Amino acid sequence: MTSPHAALPIPEAGILELRETVRGFDREQLLWSSGYLAGLANAAEAPRGAVASATTPDPDAWTILYATETGNSRRIAESLAQRASESNVKAKLEDLTNVRPRLLSRLERAVFVVATHGLGDPPEGTEAFFEFWHRDDAPRLEGLEYSVLALGDSSYADFCEIGRRLDTRLTELGATRIAARVDCDVDFDDDADRWSSAVLDRARRDSDIAAPARTVLRAVPSAVSRSHPFASRLLANQRITGPGSSKDVRHIELDLASSGLRYLPGDSLGVIPENPPALVDAVLKATGIDGGTTVRLDDDSVPLAEALRAHREITALSRPLVDKLAARRPAVSAILDDRDRLRELFRMHQVIDLLSEWPARWGAQELVDALRKLPPRLYSIASSPDANPDEAHLTVAVVEYERFGRLHWGAASNFLAAGGHAIPVYVEANEQFRLPADPDTPIVMIGAGTGIAPYRAFVEHRREHGHRGDNWLIFGDRNFASDFLYQLEWLRYRKEGTLARIDVAFSRDGSEKVYVQHRIVEQARRLHDWLERGAHLYVCGDAERMAGDVNDALLRVLEQEAGLSPERSIERLAELKAGGRYRRDVY
Amino acid sequence: MATTESPVEKIKAHSDYLRGTIVASLADAASGGLADDDTQLSKFHGFYQQDDRDVRADRARRKLEPAYSFMIRVRVPGGIATPEQWRTLTEIAKSHANHSLRLTTRQAVQLHGVIKRDLKATIRGINDSLLDTIAACGDVNRNVMCSPLAELSGVHERAFEVAAAISEHLTPRTRAYHEIWLDGDKVAGGADQEPIYGSTYLPRKFKIAVAIPPQNDVDIFAQDLGFIAIERRGELSGFNVSVGGGLGMSHGEPDTYPRAAEVIGYCAADRAVEVAEQVVALQRDYGDRSNRKHARLKYTIDDRGIDWFKRELAARLGFRLEEARPFRFLRRGDSIGWVRDHRGAWNLTLFVPQGRVIDSDEHRLMSGLAEISKAHCGDLRLTPNQNLIVAGIPDRARIGTLLDEFGIAELQAVSPMRQLALACVALPTCPLAMAEAERYLPELGAKIDELLAKSGLADEPISLRVSGCPNGCSRPYLAEIALVGKAPGRYNLFLGGSADGRRLNSLVEENIDEARALARLDRLFSEFANRRREAETFGDYAQRSVVESS
Ligand code: SRM
Ligand SMILES: Cc1cc2nc3c(=O)[nH]c(=O)nc-3n(C[C@H](O)[C@H](O)[C@H](O)COP(=O)(O)OP(=O)(O)OC[C@H]3O[C@@H](n4cnc5c(N)ncnc54)[C@H](O)[C@@H]3O)c2cc1C
Ligand SMILES: Cc1cc2nc3c(=O)[nH]c(=O)nc-3n(C[C@H](O)[C@H](O)[C@H](O)COP(=O)(O)O)c2cc1C
Ligand code: SF4
Repeated sequence: MTSPHAALPIPEAGILELRETVRGFDREQLLWSSGYLAGLANAAEAPRGAVASATTPDPDAWTILYATETGNSRRIAESLAQRASESNVKAKLEDLTNVRPRLLSRLERAVFVVATHGLGDPPEGTEAFFEFWHRDDAPRLEGLEYSVLALGDSSYADFCEIGRRLDTRLTELGATRIAARVDCDVDFDDDADRWSSAVLDRARRDSDIAAPARTVLRAVPSAVSRSHPFASRLLANQRITGPGSSKDVRHIELDLASSGLRYLPGDSLGVIPENPPALVDAVLKATGIDGGTTVRLDDDSVPLAEALRAHREITALSRPLVDKLAARRPAVSAILDDRDRLRELFRMHQVIDLLSEWPARWGAQELVDALRKLPPRLYSIASSPDANPDEAHLTVAVVEYERFGRLHWGAASNFLAAGGHAIPVYVEANEQFRLPADPDTPIVMIGAGTGIAPYRAFVEHRREHGHRGDNWLIFGDRNFASDFLYQLEWLRYRKEGTLARIDVAFSRDGSEKVYVQHRIVEQARRLHDWLERGAHLYVCGDAERMAGDVNDALLRVLEQEAGLSPERSIERLAELKAGGRYRRDVY
Repeated sequence: MATTESPVEKIKAHSDYLRGTIVASLADAASGGLADDDTQLSKFHGFYQQDDRDVRADRARRKLEPAYSFMIRVRVPGGIATPEQWRTLTEIAKSHANHSLRLTTRQAVQLHGVIKRDLKATIRGINDSLLDTIAACGDVNRNVMCSPLAELSGVHERAFEVAAAISEHLTPRTRAYHEIWLDGDKVAGGADQEPIYGSTYLPRKFKIAVAIPPQNDVDIFAQDLGFIAIERRGELSGFNVSVGGGLGMSHGEPDTYPRAAEVIGYCAADRAVEVAEQVVALQRDYGDRSNRKHARLKYTIDDRGIDWFKRELAARLGFRLEEARPFRFLRRGDSIGWVRDHRGAWNLTLFVPQGRVIDSDEHRLMSGLAEISKAHCGDLRLTPNQNLIVAGIPDRARIGTLLDEFGIAELQAVSPMRQLALACVALPTCPLAMAEAERYLPELGAKIDELLAKSGLADEPISLRVSGCPNGCSRPYLAEIALVGKAPGRYNLFLGGSADGRRLNSLVEENIDEARALARLDRLFSEFANRRREAETFGDYAQRSVVESS
């Protein structure tokens, strides 16, 4: 494989080593180091050309920039880079969390693979790039040719928002679109392929080199992947919330023996679910179609019931269905025009609600085509691979609730909780959420609900390896008596000294609602001391509320304890983030 | 005898007069329990850490710690409480505990199910009502018992005063209790003193009761130290002193055993406090601090002999006890129903099933008693047998109406056997329970009632006591029939205690289930009905026909 960093003067391994060395440096240290290296360079009297090539982009090269949070965009970008090199197209891969926004001004050819997260937000760590280019005074980009692949999830009202906005903005700034933007839903494989081919065609024409006639054998993925999951056996399925709890949270243990799967604490497991049989029945009933009717799925023909059970998303609502319905029902089409109502529609409704509330005559094939492919779900792995060889543990909140007089389920969580099946899984690495390289570095783990899962892996791992860094858990949920997930284990860890401290916040126990952010502020002094000792901060769990509230609380800690101005606190937190000392995994 | 101190001794010694790390334990929100050492010290403050044993295994599977809560024992010396105090307890039971009050076999009240974060408010609420919890448990003198119906003769009033004085005199002096629960100021280092107990307190619990013959409702022979009131010309002259009673034992450990107290002499009424202090001091100095299963006064006496004990006590007192006076006990238990005292006021002894004051589907005992306590201007008295006396009632009719209204009157219609029957708390709260007791007694009682009726013994006042384990909190070893828990659904059967509570019963069958126990009793009841001697009690009959003949 040709390195995507071929244009660089240092081999890829060298760059990785360098990055490892400076991991954990704050901004000041990084700047100082760059000066130090520059000094070394002068001393070595490096040939000018070599240095210049590192900083001046090759005008012929295509730069592939990606913005990812859960890895999909990166994988697509990597595969594009691979195909480019196989086609003798010069290409360079860049992660938007690492590049300075202005880099774009110096490029002539850029293609973007960008995901949308949060509620229409950029992926973690790429905010600065997008903010810069959306500013009113952003520089013009007349010389740039580009294309955008937008990743998203059409069950969100702000579908592919970041990719769309980027596309519009680049045109506004004078750049030239060389291939139409493609918006991908969660079943992005085919769309991504189509877009990649379009971009490559254009690049090949451009580079004046005829596409080599050789057929490149794409490596058959021998390893387990999203498209080739491993059928794991369920070893344990234990409810871990108390009988009185408002939530059903399961501790799941899966057998990975002989899968060849490897993971590290911080990674997630992808689960390919099947829909609840009762929901399949409900959809058939609501549409009045016979489940035995044959429908086409790609190259396959299967009975409709089978398609709904294993191949199509029938829980979370997605855009195509809404569009189809809007074509027939003015009431729905009115919603499409009203962003707030649309958001509300996606937030509160599942497929079955639409089918029931706006009954329509559906053909079997038509229905299947209006539904998207059933996408995998990610679950943070809650175990250390070294403490539990051949196993992966998950902490799964079972989605089941009543609304509009109907029971609703979540596909994957119920699939796991129902047990008994072989569970198709793959590993989704998350380099953004790793234990510190230094075993002595203290860590503060902040999480709510199932956000506690990766911390179980962290602490288990550090304990297994005898790491001596202090571990501090700050956990929140609803009720102490029933919702303190893995309480026995945490208390045991504290007793034996593996956990230095546990702070808990239960929102529904007292008259006042207490959340993790309140504990953070209460413990401001201590938290600041830990930061001074080089602690890494982790935040995991709810993206909608907790992540933001925790961020605010951390700012307050910095203002209060480090005496920083509000602006400086924001900068300081950004520095911590950039230095890998403030990491988030929120969903 | 081992010479190393028991672990609890170390905890006490390092506790800084019972403080330990209780304050930190209370502040730790990650656990509903206390640090291990603090669970020992908490007892001195009047509460026990418990967990709901019905859900223990299930919670462990869910990776949750046990459902910890606390049992708080409220000390009520001599069992006398005001109506206001009763109402406060009812309120606290509803707001902070499991909506029940549990009357105990020592005239105290227990709250169950108080969670950690409510402990402080609960204990403070109890103290605000001028009751307290200090020394309700722990290695100190416990609630001092006294026959509760003081008005039945002139003697009783003085006897109660003596009980109260002993209780007061033997209350620990540490400021830790005030400091932790009532936000008292911290005393400067070293200012705490325990003139009687010293910094390691007693080797084990210590129990005192005052009995007034002919009623042995306090079960004087179960007590470490007993004062038996002696009357002369209608006045209290003094007390016979009994020592060395105690019932706890462990299955399969013959070195542990129940022991009935023995009477060692007589002292004048105004010497009782002094005697109590010196007996306590003697036990403090000679009690076994290495083995908690061998640390009660009964073992100190058996190890060194009663003569040694008497000599040592006389030396400490500076005088010898006089010759014991003659006395006679006729009954135990409480006389359920109305009785008029020497001043002409009415007193009502209410039968409280298993001592559990609750509102249930059948009755609203808890609400009813709260209502009565509003209407009532006398006082309320806890009996030594888990019942309640409404004392000094001027207007009988008003109370009667309330009893009917709340379904309490109906509860009173039980057989004499049921009136006397006792069961300890056991499951689900007691951590030591091996079998059911409180929750089982109603069912067992009904079955035994049937057997008695079959043999024409329905009105026979036979004492039945059930304990969930051999510790004997319902004083089973002094019952005519006792079941002592061994395992779920399995009990040891004891027979042959005397009706006056002086003679211990004996183990006759081990590890049997209900069917076997009932079959045995059925046979014995019919034999007893046919062969009993003139005025012979069931306990005496069982003693001669089963225990002594085997
Ligand atoms: C509530 C009560 C039983 C009742 O149903 O009324 C009771 C309940 C308990 N007793 Fe008792 N004892 C109670 C009277 C007795 C008696 C009877 C008496 O004192 O007249 C005895 C037998 C007399 C004696 O002390 O010898 C008694 C002998 C014990 C023992 C055995 C002591 C021994 O020397 O071996 C224990 C266990 C221990 O101390 O290790 C014990 C321990 C306990 C504990 C605290 C269990 C524990 O240590 O964790 C029980 C709490 C259960 C719960 O959930 O409430 N309890 N306990 C009585 C409270 C009395 C009070 O108000 O202070
Ligand atoms: C990186 C990452 C890590 C994750 N880690 C974990 C983890 O460790 N544990 C975990 O449990 N989950 C985790 N998740 C979430 C998980 O992937 C699933 O989204 C979640 O389990 C729901 O999936 P489902 O298939 O059961 O529900 P779906 O079939 O996807 O249905 C969910 C839909 O139901 C609707 N819905 C759900 N709840 C309600 C409600 N209360 N009111 C109204 N509508 C509602 C919404 O429309 C929602 O889209 C993680 C997600 C990511 C991205
Ligand atoms: C917490 C969370 C929030 C998301 N919010 C949106 C959204 O607002 N709009 C959208 O189109 N997609 C949203 N998505 C879907 C992602 O964009 C989609 O899963 C994509 O494939 C992720 O790409 P990545 O792996 O490169 O990060 C969200 C996904 C997650 C996990
Ligand atoms: S006898 Fe045993 S089971 Fe019953 S309350 Fe006492 S200690 Fe608990």
